[in-house]
Amino acid sequence: MLRKLIDSVGPQFEAFKSQDEGLGVTETDKNIDVSVWRGGPDGGSFQRFEVPKQDNQTILDVVAWIQQNDDPTLSYRFACRVGMCGSCAMMVNGNPRWTCRTHVNKVLKNDRLEIAPLRNLPVIKDLAADMDPFFDKWREAGGVFHPTKSRNDPVEEISPLEEERQNANAGIECINCGVCYAACDVVAGNPDYLGPAALNRAWTLLNDTRDCGSQSILAAVSRGGGCHNCHSMGNCAHLCPNELSPMTSIAGLKRVTALSFLRPGN
Amino acid sequence: MIRPHRSHPLWLAFILHRISGLALALFLPVHFWVLSLMLTDRERLDGFLLLTENAVVKLAELGLVFLLAVHIFGGLRLLAMEFLPWTSRQKTAAAAAIGVSILISGTFLLQAI
Repeated sequence: MLRKLIDSVGPQFEAFKSQDEGLGVTETDKNIDVSVWRGGPDGGSFQRFEVPKQDNQTILDVVAWIQQNDDPTLSYRFACRVGMCGSCAMMVNGNPRWTCRTHVNKVLKNDRLEIAPLRNLPVIKDLAADMDPFFDKWREAGGVFHPTKSRNDPVEEISPLEEERQNANAGIECINCGVCYAACDVVAGNPDYLGPAALNRAWTLLNDTRDCGSQSILAAVSRGGGCHNCHSMGNCAHLCPNELSPMTSIAGLKRVTALSFLRPGN
Repeated sequence: MIRPHRSHPLWLAFILHRISGLALALFLPVHFWVLSLMLTDRERLDGFLLLTENAVVKLAELGLVFLLAVHIFGGLRLLAMEFLPWTSRQKTAAAAAIGVSILISGTFLLQAI
C-alpha cells in the first residue's frame, strides 16, 4: 500500500522539484563585482568582493553572502527581509533603496554593484548608518501621538471617507526606512532640516482627528528647518519604496501653516 | 554628470528654476543700468540698442526670454503646488511650464528675425 503511494507520488514530486529549481535560487556561472563601503564614523573606503550571480537575488542577499562566505566582519542591518521593518536601506549604485526588496537584476550595471551606507546620516560601521538623527527629527516635528482619550473611553468611530482621514491614510504606510532622508538634497545642505519622513509623519498626525496636538505640530514644522525649507525637488517621492509622496505631505503642511499665519485664530 | 537620485523630471525642473533665477538676478542689474542710460547718456543707449540687431545678441535675447518665461511659469507651478489642492500631475505641470516657455521664446525669436 505504502509502496504504491510512493510510486504514485514520486514522479509528481520529482516534477515539482525540478520546477522549483527552475524558478528558485540557482547560481549562474557569472560573478558580480561588488564594491562595499568599509569603515566607521571617521571615514573609510570601498572594498571589492566577487559574489556569485544568481537568477533571483536581492541586494540584501548579496550583502549576506559576503558576510557569510567571504568576510564575517562586514556589518550591516536587517530584520524582516520582506519590506516591512525599514531596517535594511542602503545606497545602491548611488540611489538609496530598501535592499531586501531590490532585485540585483534591476539595478546591476555591467555586472557591477556599489553598496554604501545611507547618505546624510553618520556611519556606525560599514553599511550600518546611525539612525538617531532621523528619529530625533521625527520627534522634533511633533511626530509623537497626542491622545485625546484615555483607555476608559469608548473607541472613537472614524469614517474612512472623511477627507482628513484620506490625507492621513495616504502617508501612514511609512516604514521609516530613511530612503527619503538619504535622497533629499535639502537634508544634505541643511543638517537642521527635519526631512521628508518626519514632515510626512507630522502631516498624517495633523490630519488624524484623534490627535489634539495640531498647534504644537504646526509650530514645530514651521520654524527654522521645517516644511518651508523644502524645495519640492521630489527625490523623496521618486525613491520612496512604499510609493508614498512626502512631497505631497510637505506641500499640505506649507498650505496649512501659511493659512494659519494669515488666520491665526484657525 | 547628474547623480542617480536626481535623474527625474521634478529635480530637473527644480534645477532649471534655480539656474534661471540666478541668471535673471545677474541680468537685472545690467538691464536697469542700460535703462538708466536713457536719463544719463542717450547716445550710449542708442549704441546699445543698435547691438540688438546683431544675430548673436538676438540669440542671447532668445535665451533671456526663455529663462524669464521658464522662471515665471515654474514659479506659478510651485505656487499652485503649495497653495491649491494637491494634484498628482506634477510632472505634467513641470513639462507644461517648460513647453509654454519654449513656445513663448520661439515666438519671440520668429518675430525678432
